[in-house]
Amino acid sequence: MTDHPGTHLVAPLKPELFLTTEHHLCPGCGEPVATRIVTEVLCELAQQRSAVCVLGIGCYTAFARMLDIDTVQALHGRAPSVATGVKRMLPDVSVFTLQGDGDMVNEGLQEVLHTAARGENVTAILLNNGVFGETGGHMTATSVIGQRTKTSLDGRDAEYHGHPIRIADLVARLDGAGYVARGSVHSAGAVAKTKKMIRAAFECQVERRGFSLVEVLTMCPTGWFVPTADGPDYMEQTLGQIHVMGELKVARAGR
Amino acid sequence: MSRTVLTRGTVVIDVDACKGCDLCIPACPPAVLVMTTTDVNRNGFRYPQLLPGCTGCRACLDVCPDFCFEVHKYDEPIEEVVDAPVDGRGRA
Amino acid sequence: MSERRLMEGSEALAEACIAAGCRFFAGYPMTPFTELLEHMARRLPEEGGVCVNAESEIEAIGMAWGALATGVRAATGSTGQGLSLMQESLAEITLARLPLVVFNMARGGSDYFQATRGGGHGDYRHIVLAPMDINEGVELTQLAFHLADKWRNPVLVYGDYLLSHTYEAVDVSPLDFGDGRPAKDWAVDGRRDPRAKLVTMLGFNKHGEESPGMAQGMERHFQAAVEHTAAMERGEPALVDVGFCDDADVVVVAFGTLAKFVRYVVRQLRADGHRVGYVRPITLWPFPSEAVAAATKGARAVAVLENSGGQMIDDVRLAVLGRAPVEFIGGISTDSSGFGVGDLLDTEVVRARIEAVLASVVASEGAPA
Repeated sequence: MTDHPGTHLVAPLKPELFLTTEHHLCPGCGEPVATRIVTEVLCELAQQRSAVCVLGIGCYTAFARMLDIDTVQALHGRAPSVATGVKRMLPDVSVFTLQGDGDMVNEGLQEVLHTAARGENVTAILLNNGVFGETGGHMTATSVIGQRTKTSLDGRDAEYHGHPIRIADLVARLDGAGYVARGSVHSAGAVAKTKKMIRAAFECQVERRGFSLVEVLTMCPTGWFVPTADGPDYMEQTLGQIHVMGELKVARAGR
Repeated sequence: MSRTVLTRGTVVIDVDACKGCDLCIPACPPAVLVMTTTDVNRNGFRYPQLLPGCTGCRACLDVCPDFCFEVHKYDEPIEEVVDAPVDGRGRA
Repeated sequence: MSERRLMEGSEALAEACIAAGCRFFAGYPMTPFTELLEHMARRLPEEGGVCVNAESEIEAIGMAWGALATGVRAATGSTGQGLSLMQESLAEITLARLPLVVFNMARGGSDYFQATRGGGHGDYRHIVLAPMDINEGVELTQLAFHLADKWRNPVLVYGDYLLSHTYEAVDVSPLDFGDGRPAKDWAVDGRRDPRAKLVTMLGFNKHGEESPGMAQGMERHFQAAVEHTAAMERGEPALVDVGFCDDADVVVVAFGTLAKFVRYVVRQLRADGHRVGYVRPITLWPFPSEAVAAATKGARAVAVLENSGGQMIDDVRLAVLGRAPVEFIGGISTDSSGFGVGDLLDTEVVRARIEAVLASVVASEGAPA
C-alpha cells in the first residue's frame, strides 16, 4: 500500500549505483549483499561521481557490467596493483577493489600485502566465503579446518592441507595499513555493522591515512553444501570462529 | 481469533527476482514475512509475502541477495486487524 | 630536452619516454633493464609523472595496466626473464585493448619468439620494434607510444645490454608522427561521464551497452581480437633497412645491435669486391616478409646472424620460401655473467662468419661471389 497518504520511500528496489539488479549468482549468496553496501556507502559519502572499482575474478566479476561505477577489470589476484596504477593517476578519486578470498588470499597474497605495506590510499573489499566459488567450490587459503570443499572432501586437515590465513590480521600488522576491519552479511545487524566499517574504510582513503581493507564474510551455501537458509548459521559456526569480526586497526591521522 | 497490529511501513516485493533463499524470513524483526508454500514465481522459486505489522525497518532489503524489496515507511502507523493466530515465524 | 648530449642508452630511452608524454612507469630491477627504471624514477617525478619500483614484475605490469586504464601513456619493462613472469598480463592487457609500451632490455637475442609470437596464452601479437643503436632507440621508443595509441595494442621495444650501457651523443626532442593523439573516451576517471566506463579484457560492456553480437560472448570477443591483429599486420608498415642487395649473392639478415655490426662488415666486404648485402628488420612484428623476399630473390644464399639458437631464422625461411638456402651463422654469445656482451659482437668475428658463407657459395657454384 504505497499509495497510502504520508508514505515515504526508505530504500528503492534498484540501488542508485546499479544499472541492473538481475544476476545469476546462487540463491543465498552474500556477495551481492556486500556489494550493495559498498555502493550505499559511496552514495552517502557523495563519491558516486568520483569512484573507480577494480574487480578481481570470481563470481562477483558479474558485477562489472551491473555497477554504475567506472570499472577496471583485473586478472585473478591482481586488483591491488591495478588499483595502485589508477590511484596514482587519479589521486582524488575513491579507488576500491572487489575481490574474493581465492583471488586476494591465494593468487594475490603478495599484491595485497605489498599494496598495504606501501600505504596506497585505496580500499580493498574482500568477499570471503572460504571457497573458490566460480570454479565450483574449492578450498582456498581462508577455508577453515574441518571445512568440506571439493578439494577437501573429508574436511580441511591441518596436517595435510595446512592452516587458513587470517588475512585481515596479517594486513593490520603492516605500517602502511590505515584501517582494517572484518565484518559479515549473515544478518541485518551484521550488515549494519559492516556498512559502518566500509564507511570508515573509505573515510580512511579520503583522509589519506593509508591502505584500508574490509574483509566481509559472505555466505556461499553452494560451496558449503548447505541449504540457503542455513548459510548464516554455518558461517557463524565455522568461518566466523576463525575469521573473527571486528575492527583490527584504526590508524590516526598524521601517521 | 483476531488481533490488532500497527503497520508502520510496507514493502514492495519483486516476486520474480526472488530465488527462494529464505534469508529474509528470520531477518524480519516483527516476523511479518512468510514464504509461499505452493505458489512459485516464473523461475520456479517460492517467494516471500508480507503480513500486516511491517515497520519499514528495511532488514529484509539489507539481507536480500537479489534486490527483491522496496521499503516504504508511513508517517502515521495504520491499525490493522489480523485473523491469523501466529506470525510469519509461527509465533502467536 | 632539445640539446644533443652524451648519455647512456638507458637514459636516452627514459628521456624518449618522457618526450613521448609517458606519465607512469613501473618496473623491477633486473640487469640490464635496471638503469631504465633508475632513470625513470629520477626523471618522471620531475615531469609530474609517477614511477614505482614495484615489488615484483607482475605488480609492475599491473600498475601500468591501472594507469593505462585512466588514459595516460604508461610503460613497463624488464629482461626476457622478467617478461616471462608478466606473460598472463601481457596477453590479457592486449585483449583489454590497452596501449602499453613494454621494454625488453634483453640478455641476448633469444627472446625473439617471446616478443614476436607472444609468450603468453591465446592469439595475440604485439608490434615489436628493434633498434640497432641509441639514436634509433630514441626514435623507436617514441614511435612505440604513438603506435600503441594508434592501434590500442601493446608495443614492445627490443633492446639489450649493449643498447642499455653504451654512451652516444643523442638529441631527445619530441617527435611528431602527424596523426595526433586519439581521444581516449574509453578511459576511466571516476566520473561516469557520460556513463560508467568498463575497461575489461573479458569482452562485455556495461549493462545497457551490449551489442547484438555479444550473445556469442567469448567466441565473438576472441575472434574480434584475431581480426584486430590481422588489421594491424595489414595496416602497419613493417620498417626495414636494406643495403646492397640488388646484385648480392649472399644476403645477411640480422636485427638489433648485432645488425649494426653486420652493416659495417657488409660495407667492408663490398669495398673488397664481394657481392654481399644485408636486410635489417626493424619491425620484428609485423615481420617485413615482403622486403626480405624481394631483397633475397636473386641471392644464392641467405645467412641469418642472431645472438640465440636461431629464432628469427624461422621468419626468414618463411619469407624466402625455398628460393635460396637459408643458413644460420649465429649462436649464443654472452659474457661470464650471462647478462652482457659476448664475442659475437665483434666485426672480425662477424666478418669471418659471413666470409665462410661467401666461400661456400663460390665452392658450390664455381663463380666468385
